[in-house]
Amino acid sequence: MTMAEGELARAEIAFVRGAYVAPLPPPPGTTGAIGWMRANLFSSVFNSILTVVMLVFVVWLGVEIVNFLIRDAVWTGADRAACIVSPEHPRVGACWPFVWERLNYFIYGSYPVAERWRVDIFFAMLAVGVVWILWLDSPRRDLAAGYFFVVLPICSFVLLHGMQTIGLPIVDTSLWGGVLVTIVVAAVGIVVSLPLGILLALGRRSDMPAVRILSVIFIEFVRGVPLITVLFMASVMLPLFVPEDLSPDKLLRALIGIALFASAYMAEVVRAGLQAIPRGQYEAGNALALKYWQRMGLIILPQALRVTIPNIVNTTIGLFKDTTLVFIVGIFDLLKTIEAARIDPKWASPVTSATGYAVGAIFYWVFCYSMSRYARHMETRLSAGRERR
Amino acid sequence: MGPAETSTVRPKQSLLFNPTLRSVVYQTTLCLVIALLAWAAISNAIDNLARARIATGFGFWYHTAGFDISQTLIEYTSHGSTYGRAFWVGLINTLLVAVLGIIGATILGFIVGIARLSKNWLVAKVASGYVEVIRNLPLLLQLLFWYNAVLKALPETRNSLVIANSVYLNNRGLVVPRTVWQDGIGLPLLVFLSSIVAAFVYRYWARRRQMQTGKPAPVLWVALALIVLPVAVTLLFTGLPVTFEFPERGRFNVTGGTEVLPEFAALLFGLIVYTAAFIAEVVRAGIQSVPTGQTEAALALGFRSNLGLRLIVLPQAMRVIIPPLTSQYLNLVKNSSLAVAVGYPDLVQVFTGTVLNQTGQAVEVVAITMAVYLSISLFTSLAMNIYNRAITPVGDRS
Repeated sequence: MTMAEGELARAEIAFVRGAYVAPLPPPPGTTGAIGWMRANLFSSVFNSILTVVMLVFVVWLGVEIVNFLIRDAVWTGADRAACIVSPEHPRVGACWPFVWERLNYFIYGSYPVAERWRVDIFFAMLAVGVVWILWLDSPRRDLAAGYFFVVLPICSFVLLHGMQTIGLPIVDTSLWGGVLVTIVVAAVGIVVSLPLGILLALGRRSDMPAVRILSVIFIEFVRGVPLITVLFMASVMLPLFVPEDLSPDKLLRALIGIALFASAYMAEVVRAGLQAIPRGQYEAGNALALKYWQRMGLIILPQALRVTIPNIVNTTIGLFKDTTLVFIVGIFDLLKTIEAARIDPKWASPVTSATGYAVGAIFYWVFCYSMSRYARHMETRLSAGRERR
Repeated sequence: MGPAETSTVRPKQSLLFNPTLRSVVYQTTLCLVIALLAWAAISNAIDNLARARIATGFGFWYHTAGFDISQTLIEYTSHGSTYGRAFWVGLINTLLVAVLGIIGATILGFIVGIARLSKNWLVAKVASGYVEVIRNLPLLLQLLFWYNAVLKALPETRNSLVIANSVYLNNRGLVVPRTVWQDGIGLPLLVFLSSIVAAFVYRYWARRRQMQTGKPAPVLWVALALIVLPVAVTLLFTGLPVTFEFPERGRFNVTGGTEVLPEFAALLFGLIVYTAAFIAEVVRAGIQSVPTGQTEAALALGFRSNLGLRLIVLPQAMRVIIPPLTSQYLNLVKNSSLAVAVGYPDLVQVFTGTVLNQTGQAVEVVAITMAVYLSISLFTSLAMNIYNRAITPVGDRS
């Protein structure tokens, strides 16, 4: 009955509405596309000017890039004549026939044509290893590390360098080039630097003063000098330090330089991971009477490396970009093959350089960007358990 | 690590498992192995050097260099100057590009980093696109691109781009008017220096007054006036002892004026663009580490958003920004060694390149180069640590 009484009472007061008023529509210009643009693009005079300037810039850049890569690009031709400005081609963009003709050179360098299937198998094996070790749900991941750090290096060496006894002719490393060398340098860098970096990181946190001091000296020294001086050291000083007949070949010297350099950076990344493990874990290992290597291998490192994966991948991106520096000590990596091809008189034209660099840029960008996406994905995945809800 | 002290009766332990003894044995072995390796390396080096008839020691420092360097900020001639002089020329060129690079990268990096957090959607997207593209491309590729595909594709000398009849841009570089100092420049220079001191004194006074009375005083405009006016008056009074030498176009080259080498421009530009992308990320992370409440508090106190950013958010973000910023500066200094790829005469190109090739004394040359970079690294970290300490609030200092 109270409800009815209430209704009655309300009806008696003249200035109280008996029914709800339908809500007004939102003020014009605050919803939908226009509202969004107002809030995000034209919220003030300064912002509006900025938006217009940026829009002009972005459109100009986009049009220029599309023009260069597609609209004005030359798609067919036999030599430089196709890629120079002529009355028929007042504007010349990318010179794709140059890339098409030199594509195999960019991938394999001067690796003998008949043996290039070996390189293809190496790429495939490496791809399997990378997917196996990076995809956290892949089957038998326990075997992945063994494959990546032991089986793969041995097989790759036999495959790429050759072995007379099993009928694979020797291919001298001076013939290797292009993407092959870039990938080999990056792969050797990561395969050597991760174990070595872990050892250095453990050494830096060791209780033994001599081990600690030596690790610190190595890490800080290498991190304090540019990679290029390390490469110079490896390529001109290393041959002096070994007996003459044992002198390593050019590629191996660069590989040693890169691997040592990357190890120092990897060591710092791993050290950060080791420091993130709570003390209790170390003490628990001691309490279980585990020996040092058991404690590290079974308790500390599995946890430390797992949280370090994003940083390890980021260091690998740096390493991948740094492989271009072997160019300066005369190794034919992808960038060097592009440099060599672009000044070839057969194709030299005003657009050849830009075309070559565009190919290199796309290659490096795709690799580095996908690695950085992976690192970010791992970061969110690893922090899922610690996220506040 | 040490044995428990509480137990009175300790079980007899085999000497084989004594931690102290084991540790001593391990360390001695390690040191011995390293000493052995070093000894082998040195004896091999002595053998190899003797066989190749390469001199040892630092005597080459005083030998005549005999090669030209394209950019010399100190006096240097190919026939009269020593390798030691060439080293200094290279080092100064490295420092020049590093210092200008650090300044440029800091400015661009802060702009891009702040732009990434802008409320303007387009600006934020452009900034993050810039960072994602630049960070994921090798610096060497970028340098070669700027040098070979951009600067070398500029018009030849004959068709130089000319701005206001005084700036010439062509594929041999950029030529700008040169300032020529004449006698009688001493007085204006003195006035200039003392105006700067006066401006700082004024700023100190204005700050103090604001602290004590709450009355703000205009700093920027007064300081500018303090510096510009007296200098301009003195310059007029002394009869303009500064003139400009304008470049003139000849048939094959541009004469007069100050020339900026394309190698220098490509290297500096490449380093700034590359490092700025990393600094932008550092700045973004730093700003995001400041709680949103701080920005809201600034708005609540009536600060405009840019003033709130400058006075409230950035000073707190700097604590997070400085350490990674330092390592970016160090990276820039180390990356300047890529000058060798575009032919800018920096320390590595001149010393580790030409001098090493001419003398063949790899050990000494590489050791000196590494020592230089190590000292630069140490010095930069030291300077940045001092700055970091200066901006850390007193209570937070450890």
